[in-house]
Amino acid sequence: MSREEVYERLNAVFADVFDDPDLKVNDETTAADVDGWDSLIHITLIDSVEEEFDVSFDMRTIVKLKNVGEMVDVILSELG
Amino acid sequence: MKELEYPFDARYLIKKKKSLKRELLAADTKYIDKKIAVLGGSTTHDIVAMLELFLLNTGIRPTFYESEYSKFWEDVMFDNPELVSFAPDIIYIHTTNRNISAYPSIGMKEEDVKTLLDAEYGRYKSMWDKIETVYHCPVIQNNFEFPSYRILGNSDCYDASGRVNFINSLNAMFAAYAREHKDFYIEDIQYLSATYGLDAWADPLYWHMYKYAVSMEAIPTLSYSVSCIIKSIYGKNKKALTLDLDNTLWGGIVGDDGVENLAIGPETSMGQAYTEFQEYIKSHKDIGVILTVDSKNDHENAIAGLNHPDSSLKEDDFVVIKANWDPKSKNLVDTAAELNLLPESFVFVDDNPAEREIIKAQVPGVAVPEIENVENYIRAIDRAGYFEVTSLSADDAKRNEMYKANAQRAALEASFTDYGQYLDSLEMTGIIRGFEPVLLDRIAQLTNKSNQFNLTTKRYSRADIEAVADSDEYIDIYGKLIDKFGDNGVVSVVIGHINEDVLDMDLWIMSCRVLKRDMEFAMMDSLVARAGKAGLKKIIGYYYPTAKNNMVREFYDTMGFTKVSEDNDGNTVWEFDLTGDYTDQNTHIKVEKE
Repeated sequence: MSREEVYERLNAVFADVFDDPDLKVNDETTAADVDGWDSLIHITLIDSVEEEFDVSFDMRTIVKLKNVGEMVDVILSELG
Repeated sequence: MKELEYPFDARYLIKKKKSLKRELLAADTKYIDKKIAVLGGSTTHDIVAMLELFLLNTGIRPTFYESEYSKFWEDVMFDNPELVSFAPDIIYIHTTNRNISAYPSIGMKEEDVKTLLDAEYGRYKSMWDKIETVYHCPVIQNNFEFPSYRILGNSDCYDASGRVNFINSLNAMFAAYAREHKDFYIEDIQYLSATYGLDAWADPLYWHMYKYAVSMEAIPTLSYSVSCIIKSIYGKNKKALTLDLDNTLWGGIVGDDGVENLAIGPETSMGQAYTEFQEYIKSHKDIGVILTVDSKNDHENAIAGLNHPDSSLKEDDFVVIKANWDPKSKNLVDTAAELNLLPESFVFVDDNPAEREIIKAQVPGVAVPEIENVENYIRAIDRAGYFEVTSLSADDAKRNEMYKANAQRAALEASFTDYGQYLDSLEMTGIIRGFEPVLLDRIAQLTNKSNQFNLTTKRYSRADIEAVADSDEYIDIYGKLIDKFGDNGVVSVVIGHINEDVLDMDLWIMSCRVLKRDMEFAMMDSLVARAGKAGLKKIIGYYYPTAKNNMVREFYDTMGFTKVSEDNDGNTVWEFDLTGDYTDQNTHIKVEKE
């Protein structure tokens, strides 16, 4: 799967979780950039991303994520 | 909403919770509003979000109070002013084995373990007792799921110092408290987590990262179960099971294969599976669920099938049997009308997906479980929680008989040309009295179950009813009706509160199974007599329209009240003058003197 394809699906997940069809994210996006991205919705987000890509993040990975770009890196490496 | 019906897709609900909530709130539903305090021993954010969706889907619109993380005990014991002013209708205490303060050390003596148990239990008991005195509202409390590991291996369950043994003992103490206290309900997460799979139920990652004691994917299951208890408390359980026959209650088609070739009974594995299912269905009679048949069959073939010697379910077990070639949707609607129930009170069980689709499309609100193969029928119905039991009254076990007696009355009615003569032939006796302690459960249950003959649709918990019964500021009356076919039990409840020399009617309800029996007149006679004796000058009645209570729109007019106002929503206010002469209106029911 290409980085672009990951983003396409990732944006759909963000749109569902934040209930905002226009929401688009990129490598530099962080929680501070998205309205309503608090620690609680973060849990839903991680869970929904795991479901979308059929991957599972371990704790070590989740705590280190700095921005969306790093999340995409992890997804791509998990998908091999 | 289909997405929220069992079996739901947990991860879909989690992802879509915001838009689902938006859609539910935009729908044109007449919600009842309830205030629910969720007191958690862990982060309860998503438990609340899921609970909200499931409750909205049953017609209950909740507002929530959520305790700060793990402050469930402090909130109650130190009277958190926010919680006090919230004045919850229901308190849900979500604690898990993560909240157990001290486990026994390995090898601890039995009496020391007992001390630890008493301390742990005492912490909860003090909280529940306090809730009972301060909030007078129903409490739902989790018991504990099993621990995630066992130092003692299998002996963890019987060694006095084992954690499994500790949790089993605590759960038994919780259960004993529930048996002894009204309005206290256990949410059995020990069972839920077992059916779900303990390892999937509690994911340590969620605890360490987010302080979620239940993993995200399991939260919908947890919240669904809470919503089942709440809907049951507020009378939104299903009331009837309507069953297909061929390949649903037995294997084979009775009209084609013949009675002797049906798969039912101990001889074959298929037969055994159908027998187990029949016995499961039959048990529902004991919790007051009405059984009916809706089958495409010649009537005589249907009866022949039920007369199969190995059929556990007999003709007598069903209140109504519709075996004909009409559309099943028509049969179901007719059955509902005959029983004075709403179609949405029904669960329709049929092995044929096409028939299920017809019911779903033609009769909205009917629950239609996706049963697949006979070996899975029970699970598909049982896990859905249609009939969640929160109170079991003596009337429940007799309900089928009561409805059957109603069918006999209908047959008798047809033989009279004069309705008054028919009523007299029923030899009715009414018992109409002020609330009595042994009946408070049934009275509270009735206030929550009655939707159609209900003037204000005000719901009362058991504690509310007790408060009314104990106060002298209310006139409270219940009515029982007995006739030659049987005892109908408590069928009507009337509550008014005294406001100087006026009686304001809070509630007037009657069970639809005694419609057109003049019971309402007997209740009115008693109400007028009591109000007069209390020196009151008038009675003010209120009618608040809902989607279901149109039948009593003009009720107060029939009773002799005068309409004094009506607003744009159709809410009406009625007045009855107590200073004039009054002649009893009931002439067909003999009312026992108190």
